[in-house]
Amino acid sequence: MSTATSIQTSDKPLGRNDLAELVARDIKPGSFVNLGIGQPTLVSNYLKPEQNITLHTENGMLGMGPAAEGDQIDGDLINAGKIPVTELPGASYFHHADSFAIMRGGHLDICVLGAFQVSATGDLANWHTGAPDAIPAVGGAMDLATGAKDVFVMMTLLTREGASKIVDACTYPLTGVGCVTRVYTDKAVFLTGPDGVTVRETFGCTLEELQELVPVPLKAAA
Amino acid sequence: MLNFVDSVNEAVAGIKDGSTVMIGGFGNAGQPFELIDALMDCGAKDLTVVNNNAGQGDQGLALLIKEGRVRKMICSFPRQSDSWHFDAKFHAGEIELELVPQGNLAERIRAAGAGIGGFFTPTGYGTMLAEGKETRIIDGRGQVFETPIHGDVALIKALKADGVGNLVYRKTARNFGPIMAAAAKHTVVQVSEIVPTGGLDPENVVTPGIYVNSIVKVA
Repeated sequence: MSTATSIQTSDKPLGRNDLAELVARDIKPGSFVNLGIGQPTLVSNYLKPEQNITLHTENGMLGMGPAAEGDQIDGDLINAGKIPVTELPGASYFHHADSFAIMRGGHLDICVLGAFQVSATGDLANWHTGAPDAIPAVGGAMDLATGAKDVFVMMTLLTREGASKIVDACTYPLTGVGCVTRVYTDKAVFLTGPDGVTVRETFGCTLEELQELVPVPLKAAA
Repeated sequence: MLNFVDSVNEAVAGIKDGSTVMIGGFGNAGQPFELIDALMDCGAKDLTVVNNNAGQGDQGLALLIKEGRVRKMICSFPRQSDSWHFDAKFHAGEIELELVPQGNLAERIRAAGAGIGGFFTPTGYGTMLAEGKETRIIDGRGQVFETPIHGDVALIKALKADGVGNLVYRKTARNFGPIMAAAAKHTVVQVSEIVPTGGLDPENVVTPGIYVNSIVKVA
C-alpha cells in the first residue's frame, strides 16, 4: 500500500457544494442524466454548457432547465420533486410509462441519488427506514436505481451517530441490488462493484484513517 | 361512445360504489381537481383509487380520503409533508395501501390499456416490494412479474380536445393521462378548451379519441 496517501486530493473534507461540483465534473459530455431529489439536485448548479448534458425528470421530460423564478413559474412544468422548473431548447415531454421506459430501458447514462446505506457490492438502501410506524413511500427510487447505466450516490460518509453508511450488508430495506457504481462522500469517493470497494480519492484523511471508519475492506485505486 | 357534457357533476354521475378510479396528475400538475370535487359530491364510496400520490393538503384526493370514501390506495408515494389526511387514515387502519414503484405503476397501467396480461421487470427485484411475487432471471438479471392495473373509470385533465375526443396535454401535466385513458373502461376528461374536429394537427395528437368517453370543459 505504498501509494496509500497519494490518493488524498484535499486537506479537508468536502462540503455539499464542493461535492456537487466534483460530481458535475465527472459527468461525461453529452450524457443523459437524472438527478434525484435533495443533495443530488445541487449538481445541476455546476454543469457547464459545453458539457452538453441533458437532464431527465421522471415525471415526463428531457431537456429540463434550471428552477423557475418569478414569471417563469408554471404549475404545469415541475420536476420530480414537484418544484417549478424551466424547459431548454430541444426539450421534450412524454407520459409516465415512456419516461420510466427511458429509465428501465437503459437509455440514461447516469442517475445521482441520495442514500441511507450502500453495501460493499453496491446494494442501495434509500427509500425506507423500515420503522414499524413509518408510511412507506418509494416513488421512482427503485426504477432509477435499476435502470441507469451508472448509479452515483451522494451522501455523508457517517450518520449523525458516527456510523459508516458504507456497510458490509444494508440493514435498511433495499432499493436495488448491486446497482451502485460510485459513492461520493465528504471524506472519499468510492467505486463499488462485485469485487468490493475501491477508493478513488480521499478528502482530509488518508486511506488508513478512512479504513478505520468503514467496516469493509478498502483498496486504493490503481 | 363519446359524450360532451355540460358539467363535471354530470361527467362523474355514473361512478358506482366499489369502483376502481384512476386519477391523473403528479402532484398538482395534471390533477383534475374539478372532477375530483364532483366525485366528492356524487357520493360514491368504497373506492379503490389509483394515483401517484395519496393527496396533498386539503383539496382534491386528500379530501376524498379524509371523508372515508377511499377503501384502498394504489400509489407510489403516499407520504409527503402535507399528506396528513392519508397519514391519519393509514395509522387508524382505515385505508389499505398497495405501494408500487412509480415505473411499475405506470407500466402496469399501460399494460392494462394495451391488453398485456403481465410483464417481468427488474425494478424492485430483491426488495420487500417484490416479496411473494414470481421472479425469473432474464438476460442475466433478476426480474419480477407484475400484473396490469385496470380501471373502471379514469378522471384526467388535458389541455384541449377536438370534436372526436383527440387530446393534447400541457408540459409535465401530461404524466399519467394518456396511459390511464387507455386503461379504464370509461374515461372522463376535463379540458381547458374544445376545438372543432380538424383543429388539432393529427401528427400532434397525444391521446386518440378512441380512448375517451366523456369530455367536460372547465374554465
